[in-house]
Amino acid sequence: MSEPLVIIGNGMATARLVEELNTRALGRYAIAVIGEEPRLAYNRVLLSSVLAREVSYGDIELKTAEWWRAHGVTLLYGHRAVSIDADIRRIRLANGATLPFAKLVLATGSRAIRPNVPGMDLPGVITFRDLADVAAMEQAAKTHKRAAVIGGGLLGLEAAYGLAKAGMEVSVIHLMDRLMERQLDPRASAMLKEAVEAKGISVHLNAETAAIKGDRRASAVALKDGRDIDADLVVVAAGIRANSDLAATAGLDINRGIVVDDHMQASKAGIYAIGECAEHRGVCYGLVEPAYEQARVLAAHLAGDKVAYPGSVLATNLKVSGVNVFSAGDFLGAPGTEQIVLSDGGLGTYKKLVLKDGRLVGAVLFGDTMDGLWYSELIRSGTAIGAMRDDLIFGRALAERSLPKGEAPKPLPQILAA
Amino acid sequence: MNAPAQHPPAVRTTCPYCGVGCGVLAKPDGRGGAIIAGDPEHPANFGRLCSKGSALGDTLGLETRLMHPMVRDGDALRRANWDEALDRVANGLSRIVTEHGPDSVAFYLSGQLLTEDYYVANKLMKGFIGSANVDTNSRLCMASSVAGHRRAFGTDTVPGTYADLDEADLIVLVGSNAAWCHPVLYQRMIANQRERGAKIVVIDPRRTATAEDADLFLSVEPGMDTALFCGLLVHLAETQVFDFAYIDAHTTGFAEALIRAREIAPDIKTTAQRTGLAIADVARFFDMFTSTTKVVTCFSQGVNQSAQGTDKVTSIINCHLATGRIGRPGMGPFSLTGQPNAMGGREVGGLANQLAAHMNFAPADIDRVGRFWNARAMARREGLKAVQMFDAIERGEIKALWVMATNPAVSLPRAGFVRDALAKLDLLVISENVAGNDTVRARADVLLPAAAWGEKDGTVTNSERRISRQRPFLPLPGKAKPDWWIVSQVARRMGFADAFDYGSAADVFREHAALSAFENDGTRDFDLGGLATLDDDAFNAMPPVQWPARAGSAKGDTRFFADGHFYTPDGKARLVAPEMPRPQATLSAEFPFRLNTGRIRDQWHTMTRTGLSPRLGGHLPEPFVEVHPDDAAQMGLIDGEFARVASPYGACVLKVIVSEGQRRGSLFAPIHWSDATASSARVGELVTPASDPYSGQPEAKATPASIAQVAFRYRGFALSRQRLAMPAETWWARAAVAGGEGVLLASDVGPEEWRAWAQSVFGDCELAEYVDAPGAGYRVAAFMEGRLTGCLFIGPAAHAPHWDAVKALFETERLGEGQRRGVLSGKSTSGLAEPGPVVCACFGVGLNVIRTAIADGTATSVDAIGKALRAGTNCGSCLPELKKIVGEYRAQPA
Repeated sequence: MSEPLVIIGNGMATARLVEELNTRALGRYAIAVIGEEPRLAYNRVLLSSVLAREVSYGDIELKTAEWWRAHGVTLLYGHRAVSIDADIRRIRLANGATLPFAKLVLATGSRAIRPNVPGMDLPGVITFRDLADVAAMEQAAKTHKRAAVIGGGLLGLEAAYGLAKAGMEVSVIHLMDRLMERQLDPRASAMLKEAVEAKGISVHLNAETAAIKGDRRASAVALKDGRDIDADLVVVAAGIRANSDLAATAGLDINRGIVVDDHMQASKAGIYAIGECAEHRGVCYGLVEPAYEQARVLAAHLAGDKVAYPGSVLATNLKVSGVNVFSAGDFLGAPGTEQIVLSDGGLGTYKKLVLKDGRLVGAVLFGDTMDGLWYSELIRSGTAIGAMRDDLIFGRALAERSLPKGEAPKPLPQILAA
Repeated sequence: MNAPAQHPPAVRTTCPYCGVGCGVLAKPDGRGGAIIAGDPEHPANFGRLCSKGSALGDTLGLETRLMHPMVRDGDALRRANWDEALDRVANGLSRIVTEHGPDSVAFYLSGQLLTEDYYVANKLMKGFIGSANVDTNSRLCMASSVAGHRRAFGTDTVPGTYADLDEADLIVLVGSNAAWCHPVLYQRMIANQRERGAKIVVIDPRRTATAEDADLFLSVEPGMDTALFCGLLVHLAETQVFDFAYIDAHTTGFAEALIRAREIAPDIKTTAQRTGLAIADVARFFDMFTSTTKVVTCFSQGVNQSAQGTDKVTSIINCHLATGRIGRPGMGPFSLTGQPNAMGGREVGGLANQLAAHMNFAPADIDRVGRFWNARAMARREGLKAVQMFDAIERGEIKALWVMATNPAVSLPRAGFVRDALAKLDLLVISENVAGNDTVRARADVLLPAAAWGEKDGTVTNSERRISRQRPFLPLPGKAKPDWWIVSQVARRMGFADAFDYGSAADVFREHAALSAFENDGTRDFDLGGLATLDDDAFNAMPPVQWPARAGSAKGDTRFFADGHFYTPDGKARLVAPEMPRPQATLSAEFPFRLNTGRIRDQWHTMTRTGLSPRLGGHLPEPFVEVHPDDAAQMGLIDGEFARVASPYGACVLKVIVSEGQRRGSLFAPIHWSDATASSARVGELVTPASDPYSGQPEAKATPASIAQVAFRYRGFALSRQRLAMPAETWWARAAVAGGEGVLLASDVGPEEWRAWAQSVFGDCELAEYVDAPGAGYRVAAFMEGRLTGCLFIGPAAHAPHWDAVKALFETERLGEGQRRGVLSGKSTSGLAEPGPVVCACFGVGLNVIRTAIADGTATSVDAIGKALRAGTNCGSCLPELKKIVGEYRAQPA
């Protein structure tokens, strides 16, 4: 008999986990997926593209209903799990039903943090996490002109871009002195600001939100420095927090997220967490790639393979059309590292590689991100750069050509290595 | 209306480089340039051209040309019209002659001048100003051959013809790198070797390219050629191959010459000792020479440029006279001339120790020429030869100098001394093609724009006495004029209008030919009487013609001396006893090496013309010094790095080439670079002024010198559309690059300072930069409206960037995006797939890659693309685009 495996959360990590389980452990588990959103799993990364009308709603569905059916998955979407009893291995749903499990995977994702300032609960103030938010923003764009996005990180900029494409006048309000400071160095940030502004979006840096003003609806974002940024729609994209309330009901260890080990197992046997709700070695990842890596590791583990998740090298890609940004690893360059910089003002490109002890440890790319993945693989694998050093910044094709035949390092993802 | 003619006719003309004198077909392209080809009908080359000749089309641009007369006002030169400039010259010369006498003025001419130009200048100085202070850069080139010829034959006669090189069974090349310096002639010798089995012996301290195909190479000790040929004369005596009938009937001095030869080199062993050669090699050479009747001995600068050059020529000629191997097919001593018209200059008499038309300062000759010219003031004695001329300038005795078509501040020995001397002149007049060279910058008072090759009209004579036409195929640019016109105009303004009333080069040529025939009657070898009455059309159509060309005599064998008739008073040739050979300057602990100088394959003289050709610049782009590996090891020199080469007269910093071909104790440096083309490579500055007592030719190949390593921390290069001024304290050398210029650099200036320099130089362009601070690398490329306008690459010396790939991109000007992204790598991007715009950002998959995969059937659906290329399998944000790409492809008609 197949073991009952229940996955809570119907997002990108879940879709990848099911896909991986089907190749690694076909038929070993009877899988049920519980999802709160009333629809099939979709590609959350593309929300801003939907908003920007570059992609239709249908296009972002990860798998068709037939696919889920064909893979024998019981889909319970539109259902919210309210508690977990780890001892009797049962889940209680909001409608009162209970579901037994032998193995449980929590893939509950994260939610936006709302700054604790007055006016956050006004109509017209929304977050940017799901298709419902996109629908609300589209609706607002039809009736209102001005939008403000609080947060100049990856998500905030994607939201701002989507809103601008949808026809709104958009201001980005960012607490720090530069955009995407967690992914970019000052020079790339400055180039990004120019590129964002060139798309008609105004950027306010060093801008701390004091309150959302408005009577029946938001009308402006008041900054601590006294300025008011007029806005009929305020999108809050100032960070995320792991969804761990459900995990708490199971008595699992929770820190910033659900604490997991290198097999993605939480503090109780047979219960796992992957994606943005999980905290591995003190890190909560907010990107899709680590979630996919975790899904692969967990699938292998559940299939009985000996694998371990070493953590992910963070690699960032901004999904703003025409603005290619990438960063990975130690992109700022800690003391003791070396930097090589290549820039072309005319092409609007900037590349910085950070080296340490003959290895690549970080990269920032602006404009030309073609080799981003290669760099992140080199960083992840710790491959010795050797003779490629001087050509590295010019990309993989050129750098590997200059090596003697057969000496090209083959940096492959190391996660599945035994 | 102004469209270039579609099929302009090709003009037959003659190459302006070496003394081979190849025929050239120049086909104007209607845009100021020309398509160049060898003239298949010219007997010097039968259609072949060397690398320099082939690149003549690259050198016709007007960018560097002097286009207007310029005159000095205070510290600056300003444009003037011809009247003002010519008056300034004529009045200046007249005033100085009046105040200080005729010997206070001098002309310094060039083997680049046409015969007609030469003739008019020589006539003005020797017949009207009244001085013989006319010398020429030919003094640096073949004056020792002239002296050797005159001493032996009574006249400056090259006995043989090029056909002898086809018919000889043994060709001996002495001090001649013909493979590089006379390439077309050298190929004729090689063809003879290949097809007829002729043997080639190369005698040279240096294993040059010419030695590569030699049957025997003799690495002779510098300056010891005379010992070798004295040993040969002794050996010929002992093996009894002398032609005693010829010796008795047609020569004098045989006994004295043989006695002296026995003193110098009594046997093979002593010969080997004196020449630094192996006994077996010497014996083999002697045996080859002894046993081969048809032998031609070619000699060039290695023989001439010596303080004993005349004796070297003599020792060679002695061997040919004693065996009667002269003037017959496939036999004879053969001087290979360096310049295109050194021979024409000799014919005119444009040297300080000649009068005119192979006549000298004998009273009868002076009288004859004076009558012919209707001269006002005949020079009565020899003038000052080049080195002495500049000494006299330095002493203030010569106050006015007119330089035509040469660059003595680079090419003369002690070039630094020469440049300083030039600044002392009251009047320095320069007739030039180019607006700037080291001589022009030595405080010229008047610059006169002269016609260049392709514009000039007249004749030149090659090494085999063949007169060929240089014909114009381009219009005179700006205000440029032919040299004969310029000199005539000055002469007229000095009051000699009747004697300088020439309307064309043909007028001058006819007078020159008439003088050669004037009261000649067979007494002088040089006779163009048969050409003195050519009308203008016949002159224009004149085919290459060898002299003698006596009036009324049938064209027969043009060789000299087989008949035993010489132009000495008694009609007999002279065998002359040479001095004991030794280089004039001795080595010392301070200057323990011998510096040899010479040419390289693809450059000519001071590069004012060949330096414009990108093709030619590619061969050896940097000034260098060649060193033997043992010397390099001893002195701590490393191939590819730098060395300071110094003599008592100056110093240069040159790139080191370690070469087995170099003799131990010898250094070799090419003569071509000047202050206009390199920071510190004016090799002439180092050369000793020691000169041959008979020919006055300087010893340019044996200066005592020192060499020491110079280390630079950084190396690199720059490319630019405009001339770049290099920071001080930087070693640099310029080279022509298509569409601009290249500069090779070595410096202690660090990357940060270079970055500031580049930003000031390329500041108004879009800059692409590569900064590798820990690796001490800095590279920048400057773009203007998409065009690559310049770049700079600097890196640590041990890891110097190479410019080949960047140069290729610079030459293409407009870079594709992939090329532009890769330009600062310094590597070629060709052959690298252009992935196209990124579609899948996560996996870096480009549009072209995806299209190719679809087109070749690797992946025809979005899922298949994901499997094959991983595109779309991470965040998936490109999946919609992938769908669209697949859809577009399917929509295409098959």
